[in-house]
Amino acid sequence: MARGIRDSVAILGMGCSKFGERWHDGPEDLLVEAFRECLEDAGIGRDRIDAAWLATAIEEVSVGKSGIPLAEALRLPYIPVTRVENFCASGTESFRGAVYAVASGAADIALAAGVEKLKDTGYGGLPQRSRGALNDMVWANFSAPGSFAQLAAAYRTKHSVLPEDLKRAMAQVSVKSHANGAKNPKAHLRNEISIDKAVNAPMVADPLGLFDCCGVSDGAACAIVCRPEIARELGRENPITVKALQVSVSNGSEAGHNSWDGSHFVTARIASRRAYEEAGVRDPRAEVDMVEAHDCFSITELVTMEDLGLSREGEGWRDVLDGVYDAEGDTPCQIDGGLKCFGHPIGASGLRMLYEVYLQLEGRAGERQLDTPRLGLTHNLGGAPHRNVCSVAIVGREGG
Amino acid sequence: MTSLLAWGGYVPRLRLNRGKAVEANSWFSPALRALGRGERAMCNWDEDTLTLAVEAGRDCLGPERDDVAAVHLASTTAPFADRQNAALLANALGLDERVGTMDIGASQRAGTSGLINAFASARAGSGPVLFVAAEDRLARAGGAAELRNGAGAVALLVGDGAGVAELVGFEQSAVDFVDHFRSQGQAFDYGWEERWVRDAGYLDIVPRTLDALLARCAVEPGAIDHFVMPCTLRGVLPKVAARVGLPEASVRDPLDAVMGEAGAAHAPLLLAHALESAGPGELVLAAGFGQGCDALLLRTTERIAEGRRGRGIGGWLARRREETNYGKFLAFNGLVEQDTGMRAEAERPTLLSTLYRNRDLVTALVGGKCRICGTAQLPRSAVCVNPNCGEFHTQDPYPFAERAASVLTWTADRLTYTPDPPAHYGIVQFEEGGRLMADFTDVDPGDVEVGMRMRMVFRIKEHDAKRNLKSYFWKAAPA
Repeated sequence: MARGIRDSVAILGMGCSKFGERWHDGPEDLLVEAFRECLEDAGIGRDRIDAAWLATAIEEVSVGKSGIPLAEALRLPYIPVTRVENFCASGTESFRGAVYAVASGAADIALAAGVEKLKDTGYGGLPQRSRGALNDMVWANFSAPGSFAQLAAAYRTKHSVLPEDLKRAMAQVSVKSHANGAKNPKAHLRNEISIDKAVNAPMVADPLGLFDCCGVSDGAACAIVCRPEIARELGRENPITVKALQVSVSNGSEAGHNSWDGSHFVTARIASRRAYEEAGVRDPRAEVDMVEAHDCFSITELVTMEDLGLSREGEGWRDVLDGVYDAEGDTPCQIDGGLKCFGHPIGASGLRMLYEVYLQLEGRAGERQLDTPRLGLTHNLGGAPHRNVCSVAIVGREGG
Repeated sequence: MTSLLAWGGYVPRLRLNRGKAVEANSWFSPALRALGRGERAMCNWDEDTLTLAVEAGRDCLGPERDDVAAVHLASTTAPFADRQNAALLANALGLDERVGTMDIGASQRAGTSGLINAFASARAGSGPVLFVAAEDRLARAGGAAELRNGAGAVALLVGDGAGVAELVGFEQSAVDFVDHFRSQGQAFDYGWEERWVRDAGYLDIVPRTLDALLARCAVEPGAIDHFVMPCTLRGVLPKVAARVGLPEASVRDPLDAVMGEAGAAHAPLLLAHALESAGPGELVLAAGFGQGCDALLLRTTERIAEGRRGRGIGGWLARRREETNYGKFLAFNGLVEQDTGMRAEAERPTLLSTLYRNRDLVTALVGGKCRICGTAQLPRSAVCVNPNCGEFHTQDPYPFAERAASVLTWTADRLTYTPDPPAHYGIVQFEEGGRLMADFTDVDPGDVEVGMRMRMVFRIKEHDAKRNLKSYFWKAAPA
């Protein structure tokens, strides 16, 4: 494995817009909102940014293609700006672009931004759109919830879990996130829910009910990253650094070869193993203090806990019910409310996860502040279980 | 000797309860109450004449495809006015491209004329002809035709060799008797008074043709074992039989109580149905009516029991699910302007050059099999999908359509747009290797479970309303 970038890049500042149904704001407004917070947090002027990345996935209802919308919205000083898109993992791709630019020495300071304006489609959920000329001809007519829902059928079969037990564990995933999100002023959904409410909600894609699905929101988030010495020059004594940043992309094997059983994410297992190695993490359950996972659907989070090595295979559902991932549990998960309560403005989500880990490590998470977390992990997933992009980032203190 | 070698059929699974349709419409037409008994076959939203034809062809041929020299498709409701439906049928059946194809239409007699022609072709040395007749006629909501019509298909393989039935003779007449018509570009038929159709049409034209045939073949009318003719007008069949002198017991049930009348396909479909219960050495007389009359006389051979290779008409008739929702029937047939929601607006035009390049996958469900590691895979690609192989350019074409599969994962999705929610889909895994995340069809909520055995079926994938182009692909249905 490559040498990696552990501690090569520091996070100088971050910003995150209020997520929600931002009827009166366009995507540019959301970017500016996140960027101003980020810039102020970083304590630099925008003329110091050497390069920028913009993540946005569904350009039809957002800013359009290319890096230009970011350069225009923020009036960036004629620097390189690149648009990235990697399904719902786009936000982390933007971060990766900026981080790699700094790690390579090509940039001293780089900006990662992500935005999505999902509430301009005219209906709930993600937009229905073409998935490629040949794909449209042969792919099943699947939606996001429908593709992830299939995990449940395979998981139940593989681990002999009763449907009602799994449904209850899935409900607890969402109950826990709602309890967290209720405390977060930037979250879209800020209400607590009960297990019964989640279990009895209308069905979206069997067995996922309404509360097994994340919200649909508008939002933007940003990060400014730099070399650690620049961070120290700017007054950060012990800057927060990137410990690991790994991406694994499906190569068609899950979709086309009978070796995958449909109950887990091949990519998440690979990306997290690589990330732990890059970060020097030997026992994730003991060493990782908090997780922001890609909880697009409750079942996704549940099986991801196993894929990340936090729960043993087939026992994730019990750990969820035992409260392992609650705010007071061993490894709090979605302490900000997650996609469940923030919704999932695609380009922004990966950066929104990093924003929460950053705030928690900085001790600035307010009412939901955890007790001195040292290492946080984000897991940002795009696509469908049989065909996806999975990114895992680990963030901590330099040398820590 | 040219003879009938085999037959197969298909009747869609859904059967509309006629009483429910009458209940919805008799406020306007009280006379419909007389037609409220039984059920009619109706297409699922993703079935049409072409998909029915493909199923009938598969039912007739079985997994063997080498022996077909020509495919003729008879229908008045084939989806394309100018894009040969028979060629698409032949490709969907995975036949070699060196096959003669032809569409036959424009009359309810297309099914019988086409069958006579298939015998003539084969006799003239064309090689085995797969003759398929399929129909799904559209009628205006609330009329008698809506209740009388059905949907179905039949396939008959005609060629040289020891067959299951021989054509003793045939007779045809051309009489421009317009009981109904449908001009180019029209969706619906326009018809004339039933009493006139009965008396001046069926009861005059048909007996003349039958008399001539029996005379030509020197067969006594009393020797006929089975007489089949589609007719939904009450009393016509026994009267025709009486006029010609056919035994009363030879008149076969036209199946209108269980499936309705499948238009131009119905005469050959009834013929196949009769053969399914015929013994060796029996005489079967089939007639088709429409701008004249066709009549065929067949004699079964001692091999008759081998003629049905698949489920046959009887088997498909027995596989049924009652549909009691008349509103669904209207929606499936585009007879109501339905609020399908904004998700239905998604534009996914078929790129014709992409379709052509991938036609073996899209139309025939042909994937690949790696010569190095033996992995069967969908789609066929330049690099083997097996994680332990990954060789370049090692895959031979490998057809999946007839291979057994089972459900690995599934869901029932109420978010995505489908004409018949919830959309069932999931990964199906083929027993001999390969998998596909496929749409499921012909399933109801509660039907699907992991491990369920499935068979692949050729269905409508999507209808591009703006360009009025249906796209087709393979879906998984309960085996």
